[in-house]
Amino acid sequence: MSLQFPIYLDNNATTPCDPRVVEAMIPYFTNNFGNAASRNHPFGWAAEEAVDYAREQVAKLIGADPKEIIFTSGATEGDNLAIKGVFEMYASKGNHIITCNIEHKAVLDACKHVEKMGGEVTYLDVKEDGRIDISELEAAIRPTTILISIMYANNEIGIIQPVHEISALAKKHGVLFFSDAVQAVGKIPVDVNKDGIDLMAFTAHKMYGPKGVGALYVRRKNPRVKVTAQMDGGGHERGMRSGTLNVPGIVGFGKACELCRTEMEQDAAHTSKLRDKLEQALMQIEEAYVNGDVNHRLPHVSNISFKYVEGEGLMMGFNKNIAVSSGSACTSASLEPSYVLKALGLGDDLAHSSLRFGLSRFTTEDQIDYTIKAVTDTVLKLRDMSPLWEMYKDGIDMETIEWAHH
Amino acid sequence: MAYSEKVIDHYTNPKNVGTLDKSSKNVGTGLVGAPECGDVMRLQIEVDETTGTITDAKFKTFGCGSAIASSSLATEWLKGKSVDEALTVDNMDFVEELNLPPVKIHCSVLAEDAIKAAINDYRVKNGMEAIQFEESVVH
Repeated sequence: MSLQFPIYLDNNATTPCDPRVVEAMIPYFTNNFGNAASRNHPFGWAAEEAVDYAREQVAKLIGADPKEIIFTSGATEGDNLAIKGVFEMYASKGNHIITCNIEHKAVLDACKHVEKMGGEVTYLDVKEDGRIDISELEAAIRPTTILISIMYANNEIGIIQPVHEISALAKKHGVLFFSDAVQAVGKIPVDVNKDGIDLMAFTAHKMYGPKGVGALYVRRKNPRVKVTAQMDGGGHERGMRSGTLNVPGIVGFGKACELCRTEMEQDAAHTSKLRDKLEQALMQIEEAYVNGDVNHRLPHVSNISFKYVEGEGLMMGFNKNIAVSSGSACTSASLEPSYVLKALGLGDDLAHSSLRFGLSRFTTEDQIDYTIKAVTDTVLKLRDMSPLWEMYKDGIDMETIEWAHH
Repeated sequence: MAYSEKVIDHYTNPKNVGTLDKSSKNVGTGLVGAPECGDVMRLQIEVDETTGTITDAKFKTFGCGSAIASSSLATEWLKGKSVDEALTVDNMDFVEELNLPPVKIHCSVLAEDAIKAAINDYRVKNGMEAIQFEESVVH
């Protein structure tokens, strides 16, 4: 089959829907359009039955009980509900939350909100490899700590946090553990019981499901966890999340979870093989660096900095044909590069020079071969016109130059 | 954000990429921006000392497509101009010619700054005073 353009390698932003997911959803837009909360007629029963089935599919993927699944509009809502909901529900126990500085904005901004409401938040630094230091986490726990919020895997660099150690600490100190697991669920084995997670947010559209639907896992036993609802309404989802259920979305989410569960091994083998091929080839380029811990990493992600070329300029060399993302933010008003990469201790120059490749079950070897060539050619071309590359080649120490900082 | 045709053209086929001998008396070099900001432009002019005309211009730029296009365009504009004429090039000229969106205006400012810095370098080398420019508001 000939190569089709553009090639999509931005699967940490979103994934395409699997056609099998779409197929499962279609009847729930038309024939089975009922409201799952309509208890008194067949339309409602059919919808409720579909939601129940999907709830089981979702729960099974993460080793949970279906009753522990709260459907949401996505992980941003899940993050907000978990953090603000725990903060309100456990106000009598304490007001301190621990998180880290490479969390998604939905977590960081929910924490900022908590601070405005009188809460206290500790933002842990991460090590150079992107993982938190467990001893720093333990040192940060106070008698008033009610929640540890650490992501399962990072969206920019794909590193996996030491979840087992975190949950062991949380248990030891009687603190709840919430994990934003958007990037991990469906890609690697995640089991809320084995992993010791009390609350966990995830979303369908990062795992070949539709946008606009996700779930918050809320533990019901050992301990029984509750969150204060953040939206008032009809008391759906055990009173934790009001709002008519997005039945077609939930059906698709369920199907996506089932597919990820049954095909996880083969998906991971496929993406990691291609990812490794891509990474090894691109690392042949001089002054290229992989960002984040390669030993604790999702199978489908690679984040590489190509020193002395700027990420956005680099993408422009091939972005008609290849979709990736960059840690550079030349288009934003602040011009600040990725806070995640900066948290790893990368200089702004390396952070500006990064590309993130996110593969999927649909990525082909031809696409990777094309990408290797296009990225390599563009890096070399831009280095030929980079004053920094010339200085590097001339042995000039760029630290000694007085740059005109703006 | 989609780039304009002209930005894409300069990015794809940049004009006058290269290096002039910065130790030469009739070469002025302007290096502006900073790696931390994601933009560094180096613009060089070669001046015919008898006529005061810019006979050659070269650039190298680390930055986004708009920064590369702005510096490429600057070299095209400078060649054949007198140093005095070159001083009149304004950042808005780049914005108009390249159709830069508001978030990319800093690239045009950087290009204007690079021209001025190159001219001042040339002036100082040749015993003239550096011109004091109003501080531009970059980024």
